[in-house]
Amino acid sequence: MQSDVLVGLAGVIASAAPIVIAAIGETLTEKSGMLNLSVNGIILLSAMGGFAVSYRTDNLAAGYLAGILIGALIGLILAFCTLTLYQSQVAVGLVLAFLCRDLSYFLGNGFMGLTAPVMHSATLPFLSELPVLGSLFFDQTVMTYLSLLCIPTALVWINHTRYGLVLRSVGERPEAAFARGIDVKKVRYLYTIVGSALVGLAGPIYTLGLKPGWKGSMTGLDGIGWIVLAITIFGGWNSFRVALGAYLFELLRWLGLVYQAQWSGVPSQVLQVAPFPLMILTLVFVNMKNSEWFESLISLLPPPLYRFFSLKGKRNKAAPSSLGIPFRNV
Amino acid sequence: MAVKEKKIGFAKRLPSSAVFSIASTVGALLFTSFILWMAGAQPGLTFEKILAGAFGDSVKIANGLVVWVPLSLTAGALIITFTAGLWNLGIEGQIMLGAIAATGTLRVLQNSLLSPVLIILFACLMGMVGGALWAALTGILRLFGGVSEIFAGVGLNFVATALSLWLIFDPWKRPGVGSMSGTEPFDERLWLATIPGYRLSLWSLVLVVVVFIGLFILLKKTRFGIQIKAIGKNLEAARLMGIQTRKQMMAAMLLCGGLAGLAGALQVVAVYHRLIPSISSGYGFLAMLVAMLANNNLMLALLVAYLFAILNIGGIQLPIVLHLDSTLSGVLQTALVLFFLIMNGVKQHLTERKERNRHAE
Repeated sequence: MQSDVLVGLAGVIASAAPIVIAAIGETLTEKSGMLNLSVNGIILLSAMGGFAVSYRTDNLAAGYLAGILIGALIGLILAFCTLTLYQSQVAVGLVLAFLCRDLSYFLGNGFMGLTAPVMHSATLPFLSELPVLGSLFFDQTVMTYLSLLCIPTALVWINHTRYGLVLRSVGERPEAAFARGIDVKKVRYLYTIVGSALVGLAGPIYTLGLKPGWKGSMTGLDGIGWIVLAITIFGGWNSFRVALGAYLFELLRWLGLVYQAQWSGVPSQVLQVAPFPLMILTLVFVNMKNSEWFESLISLLPPPLYRFFSLKGKRNKAAPSSLGIPFRNV
Repeated sequence: MAVKEKKIGFAKRLPSSAVFSIASTVGALLFTSFILWMAGAQPGLTFEKILAGAFGDSVKIANGLVVWVPLSLTAGALIITFTAGLWNLGIEGQIMLGAIAATGTLRVLQNSLLSPVLIILFACLMGMVGGALWAALTGILRLFGGVSEIFAGVGLNFVATALSLWLIFDPWKRPGVGSMSGTEPFDERLWLATIPGYRLSLWSLVLVVVVFIGLFILLKKTRFGIQIKAIGKNLEAARLMGIQTRKQMMAAMLLCGGLAGLAGALQVVAVYHRLIPSISSGYGFLAMLVAMLANNNLMLALLVAYLFAILNIGGIQLPIVLHLDSTLSGVLQTALVLFFLIMNGVKQHLTERKERNRHAE
């Protein structure tokens, strides 16, 4: 019984890997002040592209590389349209999201139901023999290890390095950064491409690992990208909390599957989509703390409680100040 | 200095906007041809088949108009929210809730003694209420919860999908067992009259014309229209000018949701005659592309909606005749919008350079 739970939780960590990687990629992009709404499309297109390349070349690594390149390319298009041509980030992001989705279904039509190499778990010696942690964390695929590594790396990179300082300054006060001699556009280009590349890596993790194969619209990946965007906000642009959000989401999905049998009255279609609105609902409560009326409401509470709920003066929880706002260095 | 003069010479004559429109259309067609070539298909033949699929016979032409009705209604609805600067991505859910409310009304009233015309009218009305209420949720989340309308809308779309699936499989299921084919079809007297032999209802066409005349007056001739335009241009400035921004943004959401709900209700009473799992058919998102490509212009939106509708209908038979996926229409539609945005950017870039050089003179 206990081992069943452990296997399930290890599955949660594995299935959250692509979401963690994609959400951290999106966090990097948004930290630079760029909003990339095309995540849903990138994941679908890189899932299909990665699978197709891996099938043609019979090479697992080539598939993952293709996913990364597809993501980077879409990031480049988004950056070009918004940073060089000054088009709305929301408009371009949405169009790219729909374009990539349709492209993946159209081009993937010839690759339905085929089999390509699948990534297997790489058990780490010694570490995997640890009592509980071993089976949870150290009997996973390389990509899951990568997702676990991404969390502290991104945290240190953003908050404790010079590069991270440049990144944050560009997202918070681009004018000031520009005055200090930082090329704002170049930094935004870079992080949009790098962030999208990470999002692109998430696609092949599904089709070459978690859910092997491409099945068109039945692949069940449509919608994940929107969750990634929601999780980025839920995590307050902090890679640790972002990862927590991803694990919470996958935990909810797993619980939905486990309890499916007991709630026989509820159709399975409802349980499958339930985590999505739940995630948005959590978002509502997280965001509610930022609104004026919530602030004035809790100011009536006694001081200790007020301090617990209030967000005033807490760093890292608010959106980058210039998120989605274009910058012109002329 | 010599370099600067050269630049002036180049930028003096800016091509007219028609050139940019043509360039973006050509760009989208070339891009789609490239995608077709990648999929191993012949672009020329494929475009020919799409045209044949859209205009081959009178039934196909009528079917194009059947798609045009919900698409233009929803695009018109979205132009209200776009004008107010709201990205109403919850539009899909608003269409679905309109359809759900209309189905519920028909189910309650189908055995009553009311005349069928009254029942259909009432169902459409309730559809509008359903869509408006669903939009109100997004509006409340945005205006009072501080949640971006983009995410609130997407989240509520998932809820709407779950709701319609639950209704189809549980309380409203067909006698026996629920299935993905939808609820039990309504009695034929509750169908909106169509032209004999076609799926097209003339009443829907009339409705689109009436709604668009109303929208034109609303956006161009009323205080509300001017105020939401001001809000869309600059929210903070509009607030300082004394416009009740929250109230007007909420009104824009309600109107948009109401029209989307009407589109959903029409899908029930005029097209499907029952509730099916994905009754919005993605028309909400497609209408978003229509409104973007039409640059929020109502007249253009009617034309673009027709273009997109015939692309949809023309793409249906691609899997049978050419073994290509019908999402090709979607690729062409989104590519048109992407290239429109790119060309728009190029145009602005050239205009600005011209301005700057004039100042330099």
